[in-house]
Amino acid sequence: MFQVRIHGRGGQGVVTAAEMLSIAAFEEGRHAQAFPSFGSERTGAPVVAFCRIDDREIRLREPIMAPDALIIQDPTLLHQVDVFAGMKPDGYLLINTGKSFEQLGLADFLRGRRSEHLCTVPATEIALRHVGRPVPNVPLLGGFAAMSGMIRLESVIKAINDKFSGKVAAGNVAAATEAYKIVREEMAHA
Amino acid sequence: MLKQMEGSRAVAEAVALCRPEVICAYPISPQTHIVEALGEFVKDGSLAPCEFINVESEFAAMSVAIGSSAAGARTYTATASQGLLFMAEAVYNASGLGLPIVMTVANRAIGAPINIWNDHTDALSQRDSGWLQIFAETNQEALDLHIQGFRLAEELSLPIMVCMDGFILTHAYERVDMPTQEQVDAYLPKYEPRQVLDPAEPVSIGAMVGPEAFMEVRYLAHAKQMEALKLIPAYAAEFKSVFGRDSGGLVHTYKADDAETMVVAMGSVLGTIKDTVDEMRAAGHKIGVLGITLFRPFPIAQVRAALQGAQRVVVLEKSLAVGLGGILATNVRMALSALPIDVYTVVAGIGGRPITMRSLHGLFRRAEQDDIDAVTFLDLNRAVVDKQLDRERAKRRSGPAAEAMLRDVGVVAAKLA
Repeated sequence: MFQVRIHGRGGQGVVTAAEMLSIAAFEEGRHAQAFPSFGSERTGAPVVAFCRIDDREIRLREPIMAPDALIIQDPTLLHQVDVFAGMKPDGYLLINTGKSFEQLGLADFLRGRRSEHLCTVPATEIALRHVGRPVPNVPLLGGFAAMSGMIRLESVIKAINDKFSGKVAAGNVAAATEAYKIVREEMAHA
Repeated sequence: MLKQMEGSRAVAEAVALCRPEVICAYPISPQTHIVEALGEFVKDGSLAPCEFINVESEFAAMSVAIGSSAAGARTYTATASQGLLFMAEAVYNASGLGLPIVMTVANRAIGAPINIWNDHTDALSQRDSGWLQIFAETNQEALDLHIQGFRLAEELSLPIMVCMDGFILTHAYERVDMPTQEQVDAYLPKYEPRQVLDPAEPVSIGAMVGPEAFMEVRYLAHAKQMEALKLIPAYAAEFKSVFGRDSGGLVHTYKADDAETMVVAMGSVLGTIKDTVDEMRAAGHKIGVLGITLFRPFPIAQVRAALQGAQRVVVLEKSLAVGLGGILATNVRMALSALPIDVYTVVAGIGGRPITMRSLHGLFRRAEQDDIDAVTFLDLNRAVVDKQLDRERAKRRSGPAAEAMLRDVGVVAAKLA
């Protein structure tokens, strides 16, 4: 079983991201379970959502406490919430930022981890460019597909078209595709 | 057709396939997505003929449901938590009048303190209301049980609550196999009411009944509800022949052969329990599971048969009978009367506290050693309770307890488990 935890703030599409990730995995014939952390969600408040992916039926209903992958939609949470709680030693980490891990002050924390599992992508900027709104969730899924190989970009695009239509869908497809390419290039140099 | 979708949406689509003619509801989390979706279907004409009635409260929702059901319309509503309590008087009337309303209860805790998260206290508070009550383990089962629910309710002329864990199921995206309209039409006949308010053939429903016949009318309700114990296995078998999968039924055992310790539970937590039991079985522990799907009527004979070979029974329930311990456990004890089996009550997951495999491993291992209290509170933070008790001993005007205990726990908005 592969477990993904997504941290962000209310309004950034955190819950939608987990749902779309589960749709993308489903499109590849896998079992997937997505669920939010059920807080009293409001704009700007910290939000967590979860997604499990497996080749057999998923029965487990506990929150994800030891994630295989972390997606951080808002880097300001790094100083507010224990986003890294339970992260596996060889786990994947994708942060929405235009900064490097050094600039974020995470270099020491991440030393010794597999560098090809650690990526950043300026997802909010990408979303603003393609969707016109600061919603980083979908480009981050494109970046996650590139980083982890757990899902294909085509499956993310299918999930986008399942959730959205028209211009919003097209903008999000472009955003996910750009983020995918950026992370692929980043990994080639890792 | 296999789909990846939210549990609420899956239930809404399944209810729509059952061709309800009247839907009335008042919004309350975590049930809201279900009736929102049904409202969309009525508005866009994909669910027709059907009238969606907005009401001003849950009391009105159940009152409208009573009226429409008595007028011969297949009727659906949904609620949760305080909403169910607010409609309680009408809930009893619906069953007392023998009206086959189907209602989803998206299980949620009852305040105070106010809490929007999942447990089973809402549905279990209405366990004696005369409604049938079934609990879904997965979203697939939730949607299947609604289809079976209409069939069962209308055959018995009794209302049914289909209970699904709020948020944990209602807001979870997972794979479901959505039946076709042809399948549902083949399984669920057109609603043929046993009694109907019809101006052409006037009758009155809801007569005052005095001591001369009250007992008999109520006995009939009990006897009719008990008939469900025979009908449900037959309807589940027929469901399998039409839809190709097992769903519903009375109870389900898992790895129960030779089990010395049996764990009993209802709803979605059964999945986490089964995963824990798999690991314990692999380590040589003789432990099994009994999932109870039908809570009312309570399948006493089936529960007894499933548990009588065990040395001990751990009833893990998302409810608390204040001043006693467990509700489900009390029912299970009745099924085991006169058998030399220890029955432990474990109150777990109330108010949405996550029930983790880690906690279950510890609990089940201690239970195997008979090292848990007769009434155990899983993951209770005793220090927080003691601190409040100290405050109350120290000072008469110690202030509101919930607020003080929240402060002691600290900010939990970002806490995971």
